[in-house]
Amino acid sequence: MMSSIIWIILAGAALTYLTRIGGHLVLSRFDRIHPRVQAGLDAVPAAVLTTIVAPAVYNGGPAEWIAICVAAIAGLYLSLLPMVAIGTLAIILARMAIG
Amino acid sequence: MTHRLDDDSMSAKALFFAGAKRCIPVCIAAGPFGALFGALAVESGMSIFEAVLMSATIFAGASQMVGVDLFGQTIPAWVIVLSIFAVNFRHVLYSASIGRHLRHWTTLQRIIGFHFLIDPQYAEAEGRLERGGKIDFAWYMGLAIPVWLFWVFITWIGAIFGNLLEDSYTYGIDFLLPIYFLGLVMGFRKRSFWLPVVGISAIAAVIAYETVGSPWHVSIGATAGVLLAAFFSPQAKGENSDGIELKEDLS
Repeated sequence: MMSSIIWIILAGAALTYLTRIGGHLVLSRFDRIHPRVQAGLDAVPAAVLTTIVAPAVYNGGPAEWIAICVAAIAGLYLSLLPMVAIGTLAIILARMAIG
Repeated sequence: MTHRLDDDSMSAKALFFAGAKRCIPVCIAAGPFGALFGALAVESGMSIFEAVLMSATIFAGASQMVGVDLFGQTIPAWVIVLSIFAVNFRHVLYSASIGRHLRHWTTLQRIIGFHFLIDPQYAEAEGRLERGGKIDFAWYMGLAIPVWLFWVFITWIGAIFGNLLEDSYTYGIDFLLPIYFLGLVMGFRKRSFWLPVVGISAIAAVIAYETVGSPWHVSIGATAGVLLAAFFSPQAKGENSDGIELKEDLS
């Protein structure tokens, strides 16, 4: 029997494929997309990803709060990769200092 | 159409290699995240095979990270699948937008091609259109295949290294994903109404987390942000848009 992880992966893959072909199949049949729908769709990635960050920060302690602030400031000036590197360094140092 | 690229005179092989040439910056940018995904996937209890399978079939970094993050918690399978779907929902816009330029593809070419419609693939394709080119299947796959192969390969490398990692707390590995997701969220900050969306999603997520409990904070928080944008953003009122200009192009 396949593990449940395999099923999650395959179901996630099927739905991801649907998002990639679905816009072409469905959305392109409409002459125009209502601005509200487009505004809502545009907001989806930031909204979803925020809900994953927020509890992690909320559950953290001072070390995590310091690290997330350092990462956020770095994110204003740097691209994703250096920002993650600096954030990771910050969490390691903050945990060493605060424990 | 006055200054077209000379695609029509190029053979399929030449087009394929023209596309493949564009894969290098994409691989350099995505590589570390593929390796990071592989390492974190194994760290959260997935096998190397499962991590590689996930990269090959889902082929979308952020959603794969979300999946791994949620695997680590006691969350029902369908919620994980739904979260992957939600993070990938943006592809609907890419698909609708680029699909208008793929009308000369066969059905089979479309069935295959859309699997590879990742963010940089979309950006490269739009860039080629902007320069007056057209999206030939050979050119498109020339870019898509090396990027996909590299993504699968680097996941495997990362997963092997992930097996060697110990003591994730000391190295901050448990907090890597929140930092990474924060970075992705900040990547959208030029979009109109970004701060209100992020603010309300964060507040709603924490309240839901405390009251209803995990995993509902994801759907409740995200719904709050999306509804806010749909009803109150300037874009929703039709003022201006810096998103994908489907509306203007199609009308």
